Amino acid sequence: MKKAEEIFELIKSGFPGVTVELSADMPTEPIISVDPLKVHEICKFLRDNEDCKFDSLMNLSGVDDANGEKIKEEDDSEIIKGGTLSVYYHLHSMSLNHKITLRASAPRENPEVESVDNVWKAADWHEREAYDMCGIKFLNHYDLRRILMPYDWEDGSYPLRKDYKNPEFYNGMKVPY
Amino acid sequence: MALRTEELILNVGPQHPSTHGVLRLEVELEGELVVKVKPHIGYLHRCFEKHAEAMTYPQVIPYTDRMDYLASMYNNFGYVIAVEKLMGIEVPERVEYIRVIMGELQRIASHMVALGTYGLDLGAFTPFLYLFRDREKILTMFEMTCGARLLYNYMWVGGLSHDLHPDFVRLAREFIQYFRPNIVELNNLLTYNKIFIERTAHIGILPADTAINYGITGPMLRASGVNWDLRKNDTYSIYNRFDFDIPVGQGHMGTVGDCWDRYYVRVLEMEQSMRILEQALDQLPEGDINSALPKRIKPPVGTVYQRVENPKGELGYFIISDGSLNPFRVKVRGPSFVNLSVINELSRGHLIADLIAILGSIDIVLGEIDR
Amino acid sequence: MYNFLTELTGNEIIAAFISAMLPVVFIVPFVIFGVLAERKVSAHIQDRLGPMRVGYHGVLQTVADFFKLIQKEDIIAEGADRKFFNLAPYLVFVGSYAVYAALPFTSTYIGSETDIGLFYIIAVSGFAVAGILMGGWASNNKYSLYGALRSAAQIVSYEIPTALVILSMVMLTGTLSLATMSEMQTAYFWNWNIFGGAEWAFTKLLLIPFMFIAFIILYISTLAEVNRLPFDMPEAESELVAGYSTEYSGMKFAMFFLAEYGNMFAVSALVSVIFFGGYQSPFGYLGNSLGLQWLIPYEQLFWFALKGILFVLVQMWLRWTLPRVRVDQLMTICWKYLIPYSFANLIIIGLITLL
Repeated sequence: MKKAEEIFELIKSGFPGVTVELSADMPTEPIISVDPLKVHEICKFLRDNEDCKFDSLMNLSGVDDANGEKIKEEDDSEIIKGGTLSVYYHLHSMSLNHKITLRASAPRENPEVESVDNVWKAADWHEREAYDMCGIKFLNHYDLRRILMPYDWEDGSYPLRKDYKNPEFYNGMKVPY
Repeated sequence: MALRTEELILNVGPQHPSTHGVLRLEVELEGELVVKVKPHIGYLHRCFEKHAEAMTYPQVIPYTDRMDYLASMYNNFGYVIAVEKLMGIEVPERVEYIRVIMGELQRIASHMVALGTYGLDLGAFTPFLYLFRDREKILTMFEMTCGARLLYNYMWVGGLSHDLHPDFVRLAREFIQYFRPNIVELNNLLTYNKIFIERTAHIGILPADTAINYGITGPMLRASGVNWDLRKNDTYSIYNRFDFDIPVGQGHMGTVGDCWDRYYVRVLEMEQSMRILEQALDQLPEGDINSALPKRIKPPVGTVYQRVENPKGELGYFIISDGSLNPFRVKVRGPSFVNLSVINELSRGHLIADLIAILGSIDIVLGEIDR
Repeated sequence: MYNFLTELTGNEIIAAFISAMLPVVFIVPFVIFGVLAERKVSAHIQDRLGPMRVGYHGVLQTVADFFKLIQKEDIIAEGADRKFFNLAPYLVFVGSYAVYAALPFTSTYIGSETDIGLFYIIAVSGFAVAGILMGGWASNNKYSLYGALRSAAQIVSYEIPTALVILSMVMLTGTLSLATMSEMQTAYFWNWNIFGGAEWAFTKLLLIPFMFIAFIILYISTLAEVNRLPFDMPEAESELVAGYSTEYSGMKFAMFFLAEYGNMFAVSALVSVIFFGGYQSPFGYLGNSLGLQWLIPYEQLFWFALKGILFVLVQMWLRWTLPRVRVDQLMTICWKYLIPYSFANLIIIGLITLL
C-alpha cells in the first residue's frame, strides 16, 4: 500500500530527465502527469517494479481538455485551436492494493501518445475507443482502428471532441434530423 | 502435391440468435475449428458520453440505465456514489440499505438472465423460462417500488426517487424463501446435466494471469480462481457490514476458469446475494430517504473514478467536473466491454459450437459495450 | 386394400393412386396435431400456456399458421441455385413420405405389401440426406452449408447402429416384412419383441435385457436421424441460425416442417413395429370379444397411432429437457458407443437365437 506521493517519487527517481508532475490539489484523487512519449516505459516500470506492481489497468480514458483558444466560426459554432488532449490511466495493484491515476497530455494538433497495450492487454480496446472518440493517436498500437463508430466514418471527425460537428451526410444519408 | 486450402470466413451476427444483441463476430474457420475471432462492435452506439456532457448531473442517471439494461439499478448505484464522492455527500443509513437491497436483487435478476440464456445457447430452452418466471418476481418488486420494470432511474444523487413500498420487505423475504429451492431445481435440470457438463467443462479456459492482464473482472475473473470482489476488496457503500463469501471457480467438473466454472460461480453468487439481502432486510433502519438530497447538484472542480461490482464485473465511472452544472467528461468503464475483448484468446482452437458456449459464458450486454 | 380398390374402381392406376394418397390423410392431420402438441407440451413443461388465441386453448393455431405460411412470399436468395433450391424441400418430404409406404397401419392396410419393408425403409430414409444437402448447398449460405454437411454426416453415421439393431431383429424374427413382424407379435403384450418375442422358451428370458439395449440404441439413433434435440446439430438454432432451412420461407419451409414431423412419426412407428407389436393391441381386441370383425382394423389403427404418438411425445419431452450435444460428441456417441454396443448386441442375440 503506497501513497501517490511515494509512487511519484519512485517514478521521478526512475526516470530522470522525464517531465512528471503531481497535482494533489484535486478533491478526490491526486494525478501524476507524465510525458506522453514516455508512457510506455513508465507503465512498464510501474507494472514490473516490486514496490508498485500495478498489474491491472482499471480504466483508460481519452479526454478533450478544451483548454485552447476558442474561435467563433461564422455559423456560430466554435472550433478550438491549441491546447491539449489527455489520456487518463487508472492503475490498480491487485497484490498490493493501491491505486494511482496517470495523465498524459498531448498537443491537440498532433495528439500522439505511446500505446500501453503490450503492458496491459486491457488497454487495447480502451485505446481504440480513445482514438475513435477523441482522435488520440496511440503509437505502436498494433491495430488502431475505429471501434464504436463505423469504419468508414469521416476522417478527422471525432465525436467526443468539444468542437465536434456532425457531418451533414454519411454514405449519402442525412445525419442531423 | 499439397491441396491448397483456405479458411472460411463466417460472420456471426449482427443478426444472430446467440450473440445476445447486435454483436458481429468475424470468425475464421478451418472446417468447424475456430482459427481467429475478430469482434466488431458499435452497432448499438448512442454515444452516451457525449450526451452526458450536455446534461446536468441528475439528467445523466436515466442514460446510465440504458447501458447495461439488465442491471439498471446497479448502473444507477455506481453513478450516484461517484457523484456523491465528488461532492462529499453522506447519505442516510436507510438509503444505503435500500441501495444495497436493490443492487443485490438486481444482481440476482441479472444472473438469472445470464444463466438462462446460457442454457439457451446450449440448446436447453426450459431453464431459461424457469428463470424468467422467477425474475418476474424481482421485477414486480421493482415495479411496485419505482414504477418501472427495466429502466428504473431509481437512485438519485443523495437519495432515492421513492421510499420502499410497505409490502416490499415481506415480498423480498418471500422471494428468498421461494427462490432457494429453485436454485436446486436449476442445478438438477441444467448444472449437473451430463450433456451440459460435456459442453462446458474444459472449454474456453481463462488462466488467472491472462484474465488480470486483460482487465477481466466480475464472475469471469472469479471463475479463473482469483478471489476478487470489489464489494470486499475495494468496499463501497455499506458492504463491509455484511457477512458473505466470494465464490471462486474451483474446476469441479473440468479445469479452473472454464465455461462451467464461469456458469457455476454465478449460481453460487445468487446464493451469496440472498445472504446479503437477508441481513440487509433484518437491519433495515427507519428514516427519511430525502434528507440528504442536495438543492443543486454542482460538484467542485475535480476528478473521480468510482468503481462498483456490477453483476458483470467492475463498472467504473470516471467523471471530470469543471465546476459547472454539467459534467465535463463522463467515461464509463463497462465490464462487458473489457470482458468481451478476451474472446479471441478464449475461443481459438475450439469448435464453432464452443464459440457460442464461450460467448454465452462471458455474459455480455451490448448496451453497455457500445454505450 | 389395393385389391379392394382395384375391384371398386376397376382401374389399377386409380387404385394405386388412391392407395398412395391415404397416408397423406394421416400425415397432414398428424402434423397439424403434432406441431400444436409440441407447442403445448413445451409450454406446459416450461410453466407457460402456449398458444391460446386461435380457437379453444389455441387448438386451431397450426391451421392459422398453415394459412399464414401459404400466403407468404416465396423468397429465393439471389445467389441461390434456383433449380436445386426449389427441388430440395420436396425431395426431403418424399424421403419421409416414402417410409409410410411400408408401414403397416393395420393388418389390412399397408401401402405396399413388400417382403423387404425394413430394407426399403432404411434405403429411402437416406433420401432425405440428398434433399438436405441439396437445399444447404443451393441456398448459398454458409450456415445452410454447415447445417447440411452436419446433417449428412449425422444421418449417414446413425444409419449404421439403426441398421445393426434392425439386423439383429431380423435375425430373431426371420423376416424383413413389417407386416409379418407385426403379425408375429400378436395377442398379448408379452409377445412383443421387447419382451423376447412370441415364442415361449428359455431363450425368451435371456433375450429381454438385450432387447431393451437394442431398443434404447435404436431409439437414440432414430432420434439423431430425424434431427431432434439433443441431436439437432443441422438446425442448432443458437449456432447455425436455422441450419439448412435458413434461406427457406413460406411453403417450402413448411415442407421441411412437414417432413420433420412426418419423419418423427415414421421412426416412432418403426420403433413400435419392431419392438412393441406395431398395430397389435396389448390385450386382445374388442372386436373379437364382441364378435364384430370389422372393428378390428379400426382398433389396430388406434393402437398403431397411439404407440407412435407416445414415442413422439417422448421425443418432445427430451427436446424440451436436454441441452444440445456438440457435433464431435455426436459422432463420438455414434462411433465409439452405439456401434460397438449394437455389434455386441447383434452377436449375443444371434447366439441366443441359435440356442
